[in-house]
Amino acid sequence: MGSYVPNTPAEQQEMLKECGYSGFDDLYLDIPESVRLKEPLAIPEAKAELTVRRIMEDMADKNVIYRHIFRGAGAYNHYIPAIVDTIANKEEFRTAYTPYQAEISQGVLQTIFEYQTDICELTGMEASNASVYDGAVAAAEACEMCRDRKRSTILVSETVDPKILSVVKTYSFGRDVKVLTVPEKDGVTDLEALKELLTADVSCLLLQHPNYFGNLEPVEEAVEAVHAAGAKVIESCNPVSLALLKTPGEYGVDIAVGEGQPLGMPLSFGGPYLGFMAAGQKMMRKLPGRIVGQTVDSEGNRTYVLTLQAREQHIRREKASSNICSNEALCALRAAAYLAAMGPEGFKEAAVQCTSKAHYLQAKLAEAGVVPAYPEKEFFHEFVTVCKDEKKVLEALAAEGILGGLPLGDERILWCATEMNTKEEMDRVAAICKEVTGA
Amino acid sequence: MKLVFERSRAGRGTQYLPKCDVPERLPKAPRREKTMHLPELPETEVDRHYTELAKQTHGVNDGFYPLGSCTMKYNPQINEEMAALPGFTRIHPLQDAQTTKGCLELEETLEKYLCEITGMDAVSLQPAAGAHGEFTGLLLIKAYHREKGDLKRTKIIVPDSAHGTNPASAAMAGFDVVSIASDDKGCVDLEALKAAVGEDTAGLMLTNPNTVGLFDPNILEITKIVHEAGGLCYYDGANLNAVMGIARPGDMGFDVVHVNLHKTFSTPHGGGGPGSGPSGCKAFLAKYLPGKDSPESIGNVRSFGGNFLVAVKALAYILSIGREGVPAAAENAVLNANYMKEKLKDIFPLAYDRTCMHEFVICLEELKHQTGVSALDVAKAMLDHGIHPPTMYFPLIVHEALMVEPTETETKETLDEAIRIFRDIYDEAIQHPETMHEKPIHTPVRRPDEVLAARNPVIRYDFEA
Repeated sequence: MGSYVPNTPAEQQEMLKECGYSGFDDLYLDIPESVRLKEPLAIPEAKAELTVRRIMEDMADKNVIYRHIFRGAGAYNHYIPAIVDTIANKEEFRTAYTPYQAEISQGVLQTIFEYQTDICELTGMEASNASVYDGAVAAAEACEMCRDRKRSTILVSETVDPKILSVVKTYSFGRDVKVLTVPEKDGVTDLEALKELLTADVSCLLLQHPNYFGNLEPVEEAVEAVHAAGAKVIESCNPVSLALLKTPGEYGVDIAVGEGQPLGMPLSFGGPYLGFMAAGQKMMRKLPGRIVGQTVDSEGNRTYVLTLQAREQHIRREKASSNICSNEALCALRAAAYLAAMGPEGFKEAAVQCTSKAHYLQAKLAEAGVVPAYPEKEFFHEFVTVCKDEKKVLEALAAEGILGGLPLGDERILWCATEMNTKEEMDRVAAICKEVTGA
Repeated sequence: MKLVFERSRAGRGTQYLPKCDVPERLPKAPRREKTMHLPELPETEVDRHYTELAKQTHGVNDGFYPLGSCTMKYNPQINEEMAALPGFTRIHPLQDAQTTKGCLELEETLEKYLCEITGMDAVSLQPAAGAHGEFTGLLLIKAYHREKGDLKRTKIIVPDSAHGTNPASAAMAGFDVVSIASDDKGCVDLEALKAAVGEDTAGLMLTNPNTVGLFDPNILEITKIVHEAGGLCYYDGANLNAVMGIARPGDMGFDVVHVNLHKTFSTPHGGGGPGSGPSGCKAFLAKYLPGKDSPESIGNVRSFGGNFLVAVKALAYILSIGREGVPAAAENAVLNANYMKEKLKDIFPLAYDRTCMHEFVICLEELKHQTGVSALDVAKAMLDHGIHPPTMYFPLIVHEALMVEPTETETKETLDEAIRIFRDIYDEAIQHPETMHEKPIHTPVRRPDEVLAARNPVIRYDFEA
């Protein structure tokens, strides 16, 4: 059975004896008798590998794998070159601990340094950390970076993914910080409402671009208004869109965050994913989590180490910038390997295909009676439609093995197209919709 | 080692996508103007680059890894294969529940087993790491006192031997941290605890076995003192590996726990993550758990359900070792630690000389005083022997500390070999102390200049330079 204890019972007895113990019970004398388990745990008995495989495969088989996916809303279906898995499965990377011992960890340290560089290049920012748990946590941690004695209130646009808002609120419950939402108008942040909310106690605005509905936000105007009021801007962005769109750095935002899952992470029912965070030089020392820096060794060779550790919990304890210890290093490695494989041209091509296909799909759906909710708005690779048969549309698609967009209620559906979706597939989606709506 | 950017040559690359089959149509919006420098490499070069980097990384299969408090046990291969099943990797987190029955069954099964192993009534798999689980658990405690209108309970008591994440998590959850000194046995000082508790106590955070590798024999008294003062007891599951299947935090009086799937339940550490830190609690707190459908929930601590693929691996592990394997792993972890401790303690003084749990702490203060050789020097010397050093300078209450955790998955021969190396290093430290400051010698790089790294931070490649 699957035991990973190598010593035989005879060897164990010999070792016990050598240490002066007569049995395992002697090792546990510090545990009060009343809390020692008297009965075996109520979990199944050990199983052979083949049996475990059968059980797990049975579970996997109970899920529906959609070959055609038009749903995003925070988790995106992209092509992952085979080499990304090959690299991430290298046992040295997969099984190593956090690289505290630099001399035998140059490989993993360098991958993180390269990842940090990639994130700075994508976002146009100056300093990236080594990752946090996911995009929503990145946003919540960024809000905390902006807080000071005078300013603590967080503004979050209503066009931000509600899952991110939920996490920001949870983190704010911890710090006892007020979170206010900025109303949405025509699918983007209402700038007039924003200006009214910018009081002297506001620390930051969290904005998402492209936003939850796929629409492009008036980032420039928002940054101007927020900075004029003395607060900071956090832009949550989709990394693929950054191959095309004006970067957070170019907009002059203070912190760029986002969900790195589109950079080579499979959908995986929600995780593990990758929260990326990048800031300007000024806020570098407020970043949470690990940061890898370049230095030299005692012989002058270029060397990488974990650095700026005075921010971190193992040094600063309750005064640390965050409690984060474990991060998502292997996901960061996947992102770096994905970008190295795709290259600047391939990555840009993926972005161009995403947005081109989303526009094609939007037009096709409109012809089929599933009409855009924000026809005047520019978008990247997601958009919202309105259609009174929205439930039937999604059911009809599911019956054909197609995962349609995400129902948002009120007859609305949030669609997503990526390089994975073919013209043929999108034509079929439109045809099925047309049959349902009778358009 | 060249950086991936230094291997890059303009125009090189592999095309992975077919031509776009719809007309190009880009949003009418401001574009990026700055060049996006990404590596331009053929796949062969990408592959070689990472193969070379992997060779300069020390994984669990590269050698003994007795890194205290990190539980670097073997990561079984079957777990990886199960986590790569398309029936798991290709499932969108926002699919309808009827199409994700397998994922939900897997999560429920793992939650149930974790409840049984910890003695809790409910578990949320949402927290993505141990510290994330701590933060979550502390918010449960906060929500509980808030709902009772008990607003004066603002303090969390943390022993001075605790992991840094404990006080950091307490601060993030909005609590003031009260640090209490440990007694001369490395355990909670009952008198100090009694003096610290009061009407402002929200709870106590405790790792048990604690960070010096000892099971606190007064555990029932400790949780009772906190409960009688109106506080709750939080169990940091970092060291659960020593006692799983032997004793349960739920039976010791703890109300909230987190467990580290990446320590106790064999999932790999990935060079820093992803981990998974499920939060568990007693029934009266279950309604506050994150990621659950409850109006009193503290909310979400991450976007989706949790690091699902890590949960797949942990379940495969529990199914494999089963109810007999869980305590057997704990017993061998404790045996391996005691075996090493006994074979070393004549020359490597123990911080606390008694039966340890899964790890023990050496105190090299005397060696440092006599020879100038520090715990760091001893640790660095191990690198030349293919051993990942023990955790250094932790816990903070022991000077010149080395914390050794062999784990249960190492053979007696590996331990004997490591013991021989530890002893050889000690001999060298006594005979040639001056050579010790130069080690390691045979590693890809020598000791790094950490001061330079922090004083002049270079944290990205400079394409202009």
